[in-house]
Amino acid sequence: MKRRNFIQQTSAASAFVGLGGLSSLSFSEAPRHITILHTNDVHSHIEAFGPDHHRNPNMGGVAKRAVLIEKIRKENPNTLLLDAGDIFQGTPYFNFYGGELEFKLMSKLKYDASTLGNHDFDNGIDGLFAQLPHADFDFLISNYDFSNTIMDGHTKPYKIFTKNGVRIGVFGVGIELKGLVNDKLYKETKYLDPIEMATDMSNTLKKEENCDLIICLSHLGYKYDSEKVDDHKLASKTENIDLIIGGHTHTFLDEPTIVKNKADKNVMINQVGCYGLYLGRVDFYLNGSKSVAGNGKSVEI
Amino acid sequence: MKKVIKQIPLIFCFLSLISCKNSQTKLEGKEIPIDNTITADPEIEEFIAPFKEHLNKTLDSTLAYNPGVLSKGEKGMNTGIGNLMADIVMEQANPVFKSRTGNSIDFVLLNYGGIRAELNKGPITTRDAYNMMPFENHIVVTELSGEKVMKLLSYLEKGKSAHPVSGINIKMNKDFKVISASVNGKSIDPDQNYFVATSDYLQQGGDSMYFFSDPVNLYNINYKLRNAIIDYFHKIDTIKAKQDDRFIKE
Repeated sequence: MKRRNFIQQTSAASAFVGLGGLSSLSFSEAPRHITILHTNDVHSHIEAFGPDHHRNPNMGGVAKRAVLIEKIRKENPNTLLLDAGDIFQGTPYFNFYGGELEFKLMSKLKYDASTLGNHDFDNGIDGLFAQLPHADFDFLISNYDFSNTIMDGHTKPYKIFTKNGVRIGVFGVGIELKGLVNDKLYKETKYLDPIEMATDMSNTLKKEENCDLIICLSHLGYKYDSEKVDDHKLASKTENIDLIIGGHTHTFLDEPTIVKNKADKNVMINQVGCYGLYLGRVDFYLNGSKSVAGNGKSVEI
Repeated sequence: MKKVIKQIPLIFCFLSLISCKNSQTKLEGKEIPIDNTITADPEIEEFIAPFKEHLNKTLDSTLAYNPGVLSKGEKGMNTGIGNLMADIVMEQANPVFKSRTGNSIDFVLLNYGGIRAELNKGPITTRDAYNMMPFENHIVVTELSGEKVMKLLSYLEKGKSAHPVSGINIKMNKDFKVISASVNGKSIDPDQNYFVATSDYLQQGGDSMYFFSDPVNLYNINYKLRNAIIDYFHKIDTIKAKQDDRFIKE
């Protein structure tokens, strides 16, 4: 009897699924699927860890990451690949080649954009500038004012990508360099308030650029007990950001964190530790009309 | 059954209207381990190969010979490997400092936590230097007042750690109280200034060494700690570092 009930319920459920499918065909577009892949704090880890490594045996490696990314791109061509900074420093590859190989490989893997981390200044702002010709992707950072430096004009505050008709606005925010990086290295780079800049950016992307999705690449760090600005504070003090891809604190999350923003809507924060051990993946399914921010956003994890 | 089917389009309409008004975005996030289940891309590996080859050739060429394991696990207030690092700073940085300022480094202080790897017995390579000092820290020389040097000593009393030193002799009683401290055979004079070499990391407050924060003078000699280690390994044939009596406790 119980089994029979179950079968009846199942067929009712399938019928409903069927309705949904038909309905989208005849009335509105099918849910549009956008995949965001991301890394952070890879720190020049070009090769995988060796089999004898005490903590991460056989983990990581750019050549393996490349295969995984291509597989996902084949499943969903509407995919963006992003990095949240600290590409440089951590293995002799950086000391020997100054970041050339890191940028060349990220270009081969077809990264769409990255923000900057504090360690990306480890060979000075001139060292970073010197490697730019090897990067076929954009550096997005809204709260570093480079006007009095050699980097002036070589970064963008934000960039808009259109995938399957969905406008995706991506902007970057970086950590305060003072005290973290020798001032001789970052020279006259001016640090601007990340919350203020994120507010401006998300406003511009939402209202002027009519973006459907807004992603913030952040190298601020996941969470601090102090007053220091972090991804949680950034999420709760702004509106219109859908996803924060974090870095700096090398935080491994079992699952993405959901924080309520200023307008009581959900913001997802994701970060994948460090050294290219993991690839972060966030899938967006956009239903109905284009304006998605706000109205009954459900978050499924 | 026929009846039901006829009604369906109406339901469709209603449902889709709702969904248009309340458009939704569903998000799913996860992390995918990059482990051994994924085979590496041969084209990428081929691209990396020449970089890797050149790197390994340089990193694995022998620079010196180490007759015995040097580990930071040695008991006491100084270790062979710590002494080696502090002595390298003294030996490599002092000529540079002297040529630029006419003064000499009085002593060196590094931190125990900054000894990042042990040194195995056998051939010593550039890779060992990278393991010992993976960071890009620079050697700096601080001119400290005698008063600040006294603070440095009380830091050592509180820390109870084998922080590497060179050029200074420190003796503690069994409760870690400094009973004597001398440079060039003379006790520390609270009215005299001292030239103390360390890393830029520690000078900037790393490991809470705040006595370095506001020195009388600060000299950056533009010499990376790791490069000093590599230069020293190039220069010598056999490492002779060992524990001694420079920093001891009763």
